[in-house]
Amino acid sequence: MSFVKNARMLAVRGSRMIQSRGYADEMKLTFAAANKTFYDNAEVRQVDVPSFSGSFGILAKHVPTLAVLKPGVVQVYENDGKTSKYFVSSGTISVNEDSSVQVLAEEAHSVTDIDVNEARQLLSQYQSALSSASSDEAKAEAAIAVECCEALIKAAE
Amino acid sequence: MFSQRAATLLVPLAVEATLQAQQQRGMATLKAISIRLKSVKNIQKITQSMKMVSAAKYSRAERDLKAARPYGLGAQQFFEKTEIQSDDKAEQKKLFIAMTSDRGLCGAVHTGVARFIRNEMNKDSSNTKIICVGDKSRSILSRLYGKDILFVANEVGRLPPTFIDASRIAHEVMKSGYDFTEGSIVYNRFKSVVSYQCTTLPIFSSNTVEKSDKLAVYDSLDADVIQSYLEYSLASLIFYTMKESACSEQSSRMTAMDNASKNAGEMIEKLTLTFNRTRQAVITRELIEIISGAAALD
Repeated sequence: MSFVKNARMLAVRGSRMIQSRGYADEMKLTFAAANKTFYDNAEVRQVDVPSFSGSFGILAKHVPTLAVLKPGVVQVYENDGKTSKYFVSSGTISVNEDSSVQVLAEEAHSVTDIDVNEARQLLSQYQSALSSASSDEAKAEAAIAVECCEALIKAAE
Repeated sequence: MFSQRAATLLVPLAVEATLQAQQQRGMATLKAISIRLKSVKNIQKITQSMKMVSAAKYSRAERDLKAARPYGLGAQQFFEKTEIQSDDKAEQKKLFIAMTSDRGLCGAVHTGVARFIRNEMNKDSSNTKIICVGDKSRSILSRLYGKDILFVANEVGRLPPTFIDASRIAHEVMKSGYDFTEGSIVYNRFKSVVSYQCTTLPIFSSNTVEKSDKLAVYDSLDADVIQSYLEYSLASLIFYTMKESACSEQSSRMTAMDNASKNAGEMIEKLTLTFNRTRQAVITRELIEIISGAAALD
């Protein structure tokens, strides 16, 4: 009798373990910008992010890490196979132990919303600002803007 | 009434005395009542339009807050999951960031934040600095702890807060050179139109984070990445708390102005009643005077 009980307990525990493991296999993505929230704790398959130490893809069970976003395209692969691309200007990425991922951007927009001509105009505007900048601070600011614009054009093409 | 009018011509001083005496007895003159009535009506008009304005601003602030909440919660996740705690052995250096705005007339939103910081400062004000966002917290806190205020951010509250505002404040915090071990942002967390709660949100310096035990599980970190990460997180957290505070402020102003309009309405009712009663009394008295004057001639 007790043997049966034990077996049942084991079975219950086993199923619970499978459940908890199943949970860790999923990746919870929070992708938000100051202007809009794109994903709020949504389950996705993969996220590709551009960071200063190089672009990388994040799958479930990725090793926990922190990184800083650089201007570029974040690509999200949803569970149903749909992919969406977003342009981000700057921000942070944190991958935590429980497979939750936070991508926080200062500004983020869907790639399809980018106007290439407008971006080119901005680029030339900031390039001239860079060449005419007098102080170091203004020069750095213009350099960042140029980098961002270049990434913007690359993303839109 | 006749005698009073005669007196106005003869001895103005005496009239003033009687006027005063009348007001002291609670029988204000008609003129005085009508002036007060008019001013209360004007005040009610003002509070009503302020309520309308803040209602419009509130609906926008709430919409913004809804978008910013996942962002703010996401920014907090890393700190929650790594369970960072400040080092107890090292010398404690505290920092409070008071999230208020420049504008008043919004209930106890600003005083709540200032009171929280004041209570903390009363316990132990050594090694503690304050950063005031918004003039209201400065005017409350500068009287007692003026020397502990690092800097004040002005021009908050006229327009909805943006990320640029937040990053500017974060930049100033970094630039101030104050190396805090334990920091908190004191802000009003928005719950619903009628309620908000004064809450603190912990912030950490890079030293504290680097000493954390759980940081070891994080891969490929160097001081540079942590520094940039924390700077950006600080800006995000400030941005999020600014949004929360702005929303609580607008909702609280809406309630405060609604109450003010209601109170003004009550006052108007009472004053109108007194006005009509006094007017009637004056008419009755004039009639009595005329009739008794006519009776005396017979």
